[in-house]
Amino acid sequence: MLCQDCGKREATVHLTQIINNEKITLNLCDECAEKKGFHSPLGGSAFPLAEILSSIMDKGVLKDSKELKGQRCPKCGIAFSDFGKAGRLGCGNCYKAFRDQLRILLRKIHGSDLHRGKIPPAYGDVMKPIREEKKLEEELQKAIESENFEMAAQIRDKIKALSRDKE
Amino acid sequence: MFDNLVKKSASWLSGEGKSAEIVLSSRVRLARNITTFPFPPVADTDTREKVLTYVKSAIDKTEKLKQGCFCTSTELSALDMSFLMERHLISPEFLKAQSSRGIFIDQDEGVSIMVNEEDHLRIQAIMSGLDIKSSWEAVDIADDELAHSLEFDYDSSFGYLTSCPTNVGTGMRASVLVHLPGLVLTREIEKVISRISRVGLTVRGFYGEGTDVLGNLFQISNQRTLGRSEEDIIGDLERVTQQIIEYEHNARTTLFKEAKEQIEDKIWRAYGILTHARVLTSSEVMNLLSAIRLGIGMKTLADISIGLINELLLLTQPAHLQKLYAREMNTNERDAVRAELIRTKLRG
Repeated sequence: MLCQDCGKREATVHLTQIINNEKITLNLCDECAEKKGFHSPLGGSAFPLAEILSSIMDKGVLKDSKELKGQRCPKCGIAFSDFGKAGRLGCGNCYKAFRDQLRILLRKIHGSDLHRGKIPPAYGDVMKPIREEKKLEEELQKAIESENFEMAAQIRDKIKALSRDKE
Repeated sequence: MFDNLVKKSASWLSGEGKSAEIVLSSRVRLARNITTFPFPPVADTDTREKVLTYVKSAIDKTEKLKQGCFCTSTELSALDMSFLMERHLISPEFLKAQSSRGIFIDQDEGVSIMVNEEDHLRIQAIMSGLDIKSSWEAVDIADDELAHSLEFDYDSSFGYLTSCPTNVGTGMRASVLVHLPGLVLTREIEKVISRISRVGLTVRGFYGEGTDVLGNLFQISNQRTLGRSEEDIIGDLERVTQQIIEYEHNARTTLFKEAKEQIEDKIWRAYGILTHARVLTSSEVMNLLSAIRLGIGMKTLADISIGLINELLLLTQPAHLQKLYAREMNTNERDAVRAELIRTKLRG
């Protein structure tokens, strides 16, 4: 049997995992298994969930929504089709941008789409300058676009002062 | 690097704690992302550097964590990385070539934090034996402390937001590493695995050549991270692990009733090889140590401690051997040094 990842070398590592009553078998060669961290029980904790995820997506969510594939998250620019391939979202805002589709997917993976666990404690000090800087950067961008260079220079000074405070 | 860690075995392999003869360790990790920044896999170097700086400064502001050590990936050699991976402090994902990663390890190795792996933060705690609750409490406290200075991506219906939707919600993966030679030898393991998977947990075995599970070690973890509280998820895992321990005990009793000589022979042969062999490969050691561990559990071998077996399991891995002997070695050299180390340690 050949390795299912590289398709070149003989598969020597056979991994079985059962997810939602569905048996998933991975047959890998030593090299590919090592890359995924499957060569030793003490070696790592990577789960082949991305593969599982993309198989669910191909079967269900993506099939009947062709236009969705090209849809992008306005914040990080990731397309929904990229997510389908890699199984990774680009940023927190992706959960807003692809909300309805993710809801279906989350119900399939977790049997639920509602968080019932920990709620974060109040937000704090390190975050404030990050938010402030983000806000200023956006203002700067607007000022440059509207060719208001005087304002842009002022904002730039503020950003500089902020990063000086951090040090 | 990490000279202080090399000298001692990891505390989560001490062999102490509940049911330590079957449960090697209990681990809980939380995935967290800092709001407004893209997730590490798509973030540019500049953003990743910023995340690294912010996390470091947040750790410095905590009460409990600040005394540990923080390294960036550029400070670590390939050997350092493998060393940390063997110790479960970093993941295979962390090793992949991408800049600006960081690892924080607290003083007693109880809590560690990977920065810019798949998520901005992966906060983890590992305890020896069956003690998922203590691991959860440790990461929960670390998470609270960090949240004083960092705002994490959070959605009131989806919970903590993560790069991969399989982690969303609690962002928590709790797992136990269990040794199940009895269930493997009685061929009941498949049945047990399929039963476990029906309750939202995942079992992973590690297969070497052929169909034997390497070292008879299995990892059981929660599959669902959304829709249940951390306490409920941990409660399920704890309950199922207890059940498996019982199944394993029953299987061992059956084995010793029906094939005492064969099993004891297997255990003593393993002991004979480990105390006399001159060349030992890593996977051979894994399987032989499994027989020794069974022998300790069944009181066939009375004078060896579980802690020592755990220590050997860790120290005989390639990067640990090279760190311990402070030189680079090829496979052949390692196999010889490994045999020597085991002989010395087992003969006391």
